[in-house]
Amino acid sequence: MYSRTYKTLVSAPPLLWVGLFLLLPYALMFAHSFWAVQDGTLVHHWNLTNYQKLFTNSLYAEVLFRTMRIAASVMLCSLLLGYPLAYYLSFHSGARKELLYQLVIVPLWVSYLVRGYAWKTILGSEGVLNGFLQYFHITHEPVSVLLYSPFAVVLVLTHIYTPFVFLPIYASLEHIPRPLVEASQDLGAAPISTFFRVILPLSMPGLLAGATFAFVLSLGDFLAPLLVGGSSGTMIANIVQTLFGATYDWPLGAAISVCILLITLSLLFFAERLERRWSFK
Amino acid sequence: MSRKSPTRRSPFLALYAALVFAFIYLPIVVLILYSFNRDGVGGFPPRHLTLDWYSQLFADGAIWDSVVNSLLVASGAVALSLILGLLAALALDRASFPGKALFRRLVLLPLILPGIITGLSLEMLAVFAGMHLSLLTVFLGHGTALISVATTELFAGLQKIDREQEEASLDLGATPWQTFWRITLPNLKISLIAAGLLIFTLSMDEIAVAFFLTGRDNTLPLEIWGRLRRGITPEINAVSTIIFAVSVALIIIWYRIRMRGVSTEAQQLLERP
Repeated sequence: MYSRTYKTLVSAPPLLWVGLFLLLPYALMFAHSFWAVQDGTLVHHWNLTNYQKLFTNSLYAEVLFRTMRIAASVMLCSLLLGYPLAYYLSFHSGARKELLYQLVIVPLWVSYLVRGYAWKTILGSEGVLNGFLQYFHITHEPVSVLLYSPFAVVLVLTHIYTPFVFLPIYASLEHIPRPLVEASQDLGAAPISTFFRVILPLSMPGLLAGATFAFVLSLGDFLAPLLVGGSSGTMIANIVQTLFGATYDWPLGAAISVCILLITLSLLFFAERLERRWSFK
Repeated sequence: MSRKSPTRRSPFLALYAALVFAFIYLPIVVLILYSFNRDGVGGFPPRHLTLDWYSQLFADGAIWDSVVNSLLVASGAVALSLILGLLAALALDRASFPGKALFRRLVLLPLILPGIITGLSLEMLAVFAGMHLSLLTVFLGHGTALISVATTELFAGLQKIDREQEEASLDLGATPWQTFWRITLPNLKISLIAAGLLIFTLSMDEIAVAFFLTGRDNTLPLEIWGRLRRGITPEINAVSTIIFAVSVALIIIWYRIRMRGVSTEAQQLLERP
């Protein structure tokens, strides 16, 4: 029913824009990763040295593994917090459901930076938590291990991504036909086995979506480590950021970015395939 | 039948949920509380409540300059991403062209990719094109990255529209242009406002992309970031509290609009013969 002109007019501008401002920049990043820096200027010599550096210098692998560990911990912690919360809201909260749902959404809109900063003021050696512990004579000296550690990074990122993980899980729990759950109970299944054999499998797509989200976004985070990570909490994106800033080695930074991009895209790809396998229609 | 799952009590689960809520809200409560603490951030309990940090904040010119910058960037980003997102949603809904599947994925990519990737690749483009980094590049970055949000929201809105109205309009002799302005757009009004508010808030808060695209002028999150590097002051608590209050106000508005959207949809369903 729509004319050819109509279709061209609506598709051409976004196609051109996306080509120019998304596809071209990603392509440029890819190209940079094969270029080099000589005497402080970028030269367009195609080579593989950047990738060789990544695989031979153990520093990069070490930081990458630490980053993966942190991202996996964030994913696990936010699932452990987000799933039971979503389950409670969907199945047990009764009339307060709508209000509680809104209460989970609110922090989603609150600035990333504000939340990271809040934790910094809590965890510091002069911070609120240490003040609290000393006031009640639980400790007598400030505990300084709280801030500037991988633990602090995991804590902050978990706090930020728990509502993100909650959302898709809650949506998939809400889509479970209630008669299925009742049938399982009526046929004599214990609540535990109803959960593990009916509810959990049916909520798998939401769980996978939430888990991927938490992992991928933590993987590329550079602000939380700068804010609360200290030197032991440095992540791979911090290395990229230094290479693009003070160190001025864009090609090497681009090579690491391409690696992050590839890891992200392959994770998304696998999550999507798994999701399709678990979703029922 | 006494067992009905929605009403079954489970005190342990309720307690766990309460603890998760405490974890989510505790830092925000602490942040707000200490913005009124005369002795600064830290120490326990907070005493000598004062509004000094707020008056200091209101006298702080650099913060307000950055607020104006952020408002400019966010308004521009809303306009740009809504226009392109609307066209992209129409294209995905109504046109078929080679590479459509790829296009859909590409548009949504900034939503799921870490901000550093989007930020850096756009910085490379700016340098490649010989552009100076400034608020203009931040606006282009936010506008482009947030097309993803606009497209998702507006595509969902388009799916709910009654196609027959457009068909009737075209059959009765209206041009496609008239049909677009008088049928399609009014039907999308609520989706457009809701998407606009969401994009505005996201742009006001965004820091990872802006980090790489800004020049001499700071947006509000970047200004706060710069101060954090120098040390913690309750003035940051005060500005964060205000950001929090404004965000909550925007969510309530957004939620009301959404609800009104749902109720008018319900009305339309009821009114339909």
